[in-house]
Amino acid sequence: MKTLSALLAGLVFGLGLILSGMANPAKVQGFLDLAGAWDPSLALVMAGAIGAAFLPFRLAGQRKKSWLGEPLHLPGTREITPRLVLGSLLFGIGWGLAGLCPGPALVLLGTLSGPALVFVSAMLAGMELFRLLQHKRA
Amino acid sequence: MIDWNHFTPLASLAGGVLIGLAASWLVLANGRIAGISGLLGGLVDRAADWRPRAAFIAGLVLAPLLYRVLAGGLPSANVTAAWPQLALAGLLVGVGTRYASGCTSGHGVCGLARLSPRSLVATLSFMAAGFVTVYVLRHVLA
Repeated sequence: MKTLSALLAGLVFGLGLILSGMANPAKVQGFLDLAGAWDPSLALVMAGAIGAAFLPFRLAGQRKKSWLGEPLHLPGTREITPRLVLGSLLFGIGWGLAGLCPGPALVLLGTLSGPALVFVSAMLAGMELFRLLQHKRA
Repeated sequence: MIDWNHFTPLASLAGGVLIGLAASWLVLANGRIAGISGLLGGLVDRAADWRPRAAFIAGLVLAPLLYRVLAGGLPSANVTAAWPQLALAGLLVGVGTRYASGCTSGHGVCGLARLSPRSLVATLSFMAAGFVTVYVLRHVLA
């Protein structure tokens, strides 16, 4: 049941990415190009997403279990760390270079796009590299 | 200067609402944050709860198929970067999002909806880096 529920959420999330234009790297770069012909569309994607999720997340924060009886995995960390900032900066550079972040890259992979395959393979390699580095530290 | 030709306010707002509703569903029904890098990273880390993670990812990958059935076609998606640039970008996104514990979805949507200060710092950081990167690509190097 929780697998089916997650599949449904992923499908709707993906439809939203496609409809919004987030799954079009050229459009994402158009948003990031403040000094050129700026396409502000993606600011509206964030506004719509945050607006729709605001009250449901309040509700979730008050619950002990999810509708399907799962524990609520809400992040409890509050510290602003160098790794949070440095990691985000690295991510932002990659995002700008390709016009792709993880969700849209997976959606594009579903259209059998060659560039998406290159990007996702490299992204998985990056995640595996992180895992190995963490493993060594632990 | 605003690019009115490419500005899609209604579709982007509606798509954003769908994204927000999907994230709401995942947290209320499954108790999970819809953070793509975290869900995918958990699979790479061989997390025990791989089924719902893999199911959400499968939903993302299958979404274009469903979109095509519902809308009768897919909007165009243009990749401007060449393959070496895509590979470098993917590597940076993979490592960076894992170090930052989140990406556009986990920090930018879910975290901001939860009013998390950490997510605000993360979002401002990756946005700033994205703006600077595209500026350098298009107005310095080009």
